[in-house]
Amino acid sequence: MSLLTDRRALMGLLARAAPDRLAALAGPLPEAIELRPAQTGTVMVQGRIGGTGAAFKMGEMVVTRCSVQVAGIAGHAHVQGRDKAHARTAAVLDAMWQADPARIAALLAPLAAEETARRQTRAAKAAATRVEFFTLVRGEDQ
Amino acid sequence: MSALTGGFTSPAPQAARAFRLALMALSRPGRIETVSGATGPAPLSAAAATLLLVLADRDTPIFLGAGHDGTDVREWIAFHIGAPLVPPEAAMLAVGTWPDLPLSRFPIGLPDYPDRSATLIVESPAISAEGPRLTGPGIAGEARLSLPEVNAFRANRMLYPQGLDFFFTAGDRLAALPRSTQVESA
Repeated sequence: MSLLTDRRALMGLLARAAPDRLAALAGPLPEAIELRPAQTGTVMVQGRIGGTGAAFKMGEMVVTRCSVQVAGIAGHAHVQGRDKAHARTAAVLDAMWQADPARIAALLAPLAAEETARRQTRAAKAAATRVEFFTLVRGEDQ
Repeated sequence: MSALTGGFTSPAPQAARAFRLALMALSRPGRIETVSGATGPAPLSAAAATLLLVLADRDTPIFLGAGHDGTDVREWIAFHIGAPLVPPEAAMLAVGTWPDLPLSRFPIGLPDYPDRSATLIVESPAISAEGPRLTGPGIAGEARLSLPEVNAFRANRMLYPQGLDFFFTAGDRLAALPRSTQVESA
């Protein structure tokens, strides 16, 4: 997963980012035409257990979507929650990434690092509570 | 003008206003309203584009007449509405010029469910309050509307309570002709 080549990774990172942190990193944004002004709605989240399990409906979550055009390039974003400014910032950054991936990847590198650190901390905390089970040999088997 | 531009800039008020005007036109046959808000790619008129945004969503199958069935219009509908494009038999909404719409192939509803019928948006060169005479519900005395022909609408009236409903659009103007209206040549 590289922010330089993978637009999906970029959009995912923007969608999960904390709105305040993203706005601070992005700084002032260029002029953008709103193709679809930010709007809030719900999407059905599907889940699947195991590789062969059929999809099931896990529940609905609130998302905000926005589409903008920056210098002729369309940028799209779907973000968690109901923060319209967040959706707009993410859409503008998506459009800017398409024009110049290297610049935006560098700009957002701290965000990616913070997310990785957060995940590792959480995984480490969970790992500390792990319980190993093992079966004792029982006498009658021998 | 591209497939992505031309939607409502402020969806809730603009859609509500345009829906109100469409209702006014439909409940007062022959009355001409001016709507605005959306611009679609050519040959879609502003009124037809606005009507589509107001009336259609992802659960509204749309039929496009031959003149309107192009990449631009298809992409515009895909981005702004997400509606499936279907043959006339499955359509709930249709857009096209009068010769492009095969009237006999649209669903006219069932005797028990006359609402399961298609609404046709007929793109016209111009609309004016002259031509065939309209009488019926919603019309005080009589009204006149420039219709492309008379016999098709008389036949449609005979199907009542089944039948098709029509919107006529030209530029940003629209008028409507519900199935309940009686049409006589001027």
